[in-house]
Amino acid sequence: MSERTVELEVLRYNPETDGEPHFQRYSVTCREEWVVLDALNHIKETVDPTLSYRWSCHMAVCGSCGMMIDGEPKLACKTFLRDYPGVIRVEPLAHFPVERDLVTVIDDFIAKLTRVKPYLIPKEEKPVAAGEYRQTPAQLKRYKQFTLCINCMLCYAACPEYGIIPKFLGPAAISLAHRWNQDSRDGGRAQRQEEIAATEGVWECSFTGACSEVCPEHVDPAAALQQVKIKSTVDWYLAHTMPWLNK
Amino acid sequence: MATSNKPIVWGPFAAGGTLTAFLTPVLILLTLLAGLGHAPDLLAYDALRAFAAHGIVKLGLVVVIFLSLWSAAHRLRITCYDLGLRADTLVATLVYAVAIAGTVAAAAYLLRLNPV
Ligand code: SF4
Ligand code: FES
Repeated sequence: MSERTVELEVLRYNPETDGEPHFQRYSVTCREEWVVLDALNHIKETVDPTLSYRWSCHMAVCGSCGMMIDGEPKLACKTFLRDYPGVIRVEPLAHFPVERDLVTVIDDFIAKLTRVKPYLIPKEEKPVAAGEYRQTPAQLKRYKQFTLCINCMLCYAACPEYGIIPKFLGPAAISLAHRWNQDSRDGGRAQRQEEIAATEGVWECSFTGACSEVCPEHVDPAAALQQVKIKSTVDWYLAHTMPWLNK
Repeated sequence: MATSNKPIVWGPFAAGGTLTAFLTPVLILLTLLAGLGHAPDLLAYDALRAFAAHGIVKLGLVVVIFLSLWSAAHRLRITCYDLGLRADTLVATLVYAVAIAGTVAAAAYLLRLNPV
């Protein structure tokens, strides 16, 4: 197995002792198949135990290792060192406040996620004894892609609108709302529309498509947002031209 | 939170965008063909003019022109914002006014267009 030395430039920030964030260089002898997360773990174990970052699964399912790698939002466990020729710059996810080193404060995203009620609100409550809620493959297909989201927030770091307008609900939260709205078993759309059809909901999106470019799970949040726009527009025109439909 | 009224401007934008995505390539092709002197007889000036003089066609043309102009105006508005021009109300008023003026001008011209 071939080994080589890689230079990493990692953003360091400890709010208790540092006035400003700064970069620290590390040289790591790494193996060909290592990802950025392996290099960070190696640094933490052998060089500098104070380096802070989030990770858990090391296989692109937990969504906790999102960071900016050479300026692009990436999962550290899915980004191979061999794809970067020079010094690799590693920074915390853009658009989120830094808690310490590569760890960001994600309260804003969690609050937004909670607001869109990303869970089944059954159309009809039925006792467990009545059996499962059935669904055809076609009904499953309408939302399956949007279930793949791992809440990694790369799309928020990529979204220029979220950078300008922090109140914007953002790609993942809206895609997840859409995921449940598209589910044949669900009856919660009216409740979710209050959030996602608001100005700070889907309407801050200008369809730059950056979210879909960086999404590691190919959720295609930009597509979900466009579908939400179309549906919300139909809602709006129906509500304003046929008021008798309003309950 | 209140439902946004953005669909008023977004609806015609989306419709216009879809429309022009299909129409623009056709128009480019036809213009090229005409420029090379290969316009099919059906699309010759006299035929098109007679076609456009029909009442329903006039209405259709105005709708198509409005949607296309509106879609371009809205795209320009968003682009301005993304490029850092944040006086959104001013930009919006300006670009939408141009789209409406263009539509009115087209409508006025079509109204005066009589069958030969
Ligand atoms: S939509 Fe994609 S990029 Fe955004 S949080 Fe979900 S998995 Fe991550
Ligand atoms: S460590 Fe779980 S997604 Fe990277």
